[in-house]
Amino acid sequence: MSGLDPAAVWPAVVLTAVGCYLVKLLGLSVPAGVLERPLVRKLAALLPVALLAALTAIQTVDDGTGAPVLDARAAGLAAAAVAVLLRAPFLLVVVAAVAVTAGVRALGG
Amino acid sequence: MNDRVDSSAFPAGPAGAGEPAGAGASAGASAVTSGAAAAVPAPDTVRRAVRQALGTGVAVGVSGFAFGATAAAAGLSVAQSCVLSLLVFTGASQFALVGALAAGSGPVTAAAGAFFLGVRNCFYGLRLSALLRPPRRLRPFAAQWVIDETAAVSFAQPDRRAARAGFAVTGLTLYLLWNLTTLLGALGASGLGDPAVWGLDAAGPAVFLALVAPMLKTAVERATAVLAVLLALIGLPLIGLPLLPAGVPVLLAALAAPAVLWVHGRLDGREVTR
Repeated sequence: MSGLDPAAVWPAVVLTAVGCYLVKLLGLSVPAGVLERPLVRKLAALLPVALLAALTAIQTVDDGTGAPVLDARAAGLAAAAVAVLLRAPFLLVVVAAVAVTAGVRALGG
Repeated sequence: MNDRVDSSAFPAGPAGAGEPAGAGASAGASAVTSGAAAAVPAPDTVRRAVRQALGTGVAVGVSGFAFGATAAAAGLSVAQSCVLSLLVFTGASQFALVGALAAGSGPVTAAAGAFFLGVRNCFYGLRLSALLRPPRRLRPFAAQWVIDETAAVSFAQPDRRAARAGFAVTGLTLYLLWNLTTLLGALGASGLGDPAVWGLDAAGPAVFLALVAPMLKTAVERATAVLAVLLALIGLPLIGLPLLPAGVPVLLAALAAPAVLWVHGRLDGREVTR
């Protein structure tokens, strides 16, 4: 079912670029106080937590079939988690995940 | 950019005092005033800001390798990967977009997830405009650099001059390096053959984990993360259904944020005996 649709990429790139730029510019341009309601601010701080946590889970277990799978990526993510706990720099966290995933696959996992 | 700084307008004391610090304000130095000479900020606050900015810009900027490689591995062309880094320039949104597209999302669903992740930059912008007071004609350019790292470095500075220096140097370093390494990563990965053999499909989730981990400070954030993961997993089987676009589970998981806030608000209200 899954798979990249080449025709979707450019429209998605343009939409994202325009949308992400406009919210940045809005923040710099709107007078302080307009969007500074506590509830709005809390929601804006919490939304990335929800999205990033969901993306972490989905991209670890999704193989496009709709049923979650545990494969070499899960081992890679565990390595990344250890790196995060050890306060490793960002790139090292990613490299740990990639290396362990590749290693487990090479061993036939 | 520093020569345009008008330091005479800067009041003594920590910049942005009286406002609660933003999400990224924990990075590095707290508000340190330079003693009796606080009204004229000593140049070493600027020098310290530049050092911090370079460190942050270089450390995060080289992560463009991971993005370029992930994007190319997902099937984007080198040009598409580079345009994302040039024009979107906010890492989490870029990775989210690529992940959604790779999973078969249509352009609107994929962009929606990336956009929601980018909304936090709006709130950095609100704080930064009060802190930096950017001249009106510079705003359209400064806006592109309003991201986690520039906000964190700027919020950590003791005065406006240092904050402006921190913002400009972090923005410039990060922008140049992020785009250069995106190009190199994309070129490298497109020559590798099957990306799964190299474990590159694990880069995306690792990035998201590294981004979300420092945000999990209190029970509210942790509860949101747990609920979001549950909602996403519950939503996962929806990916296979014909009428629903891929990427729905992630958008469904976004509901965890208002849900947790609502419950938290109710509990808070009861404690205060409202």
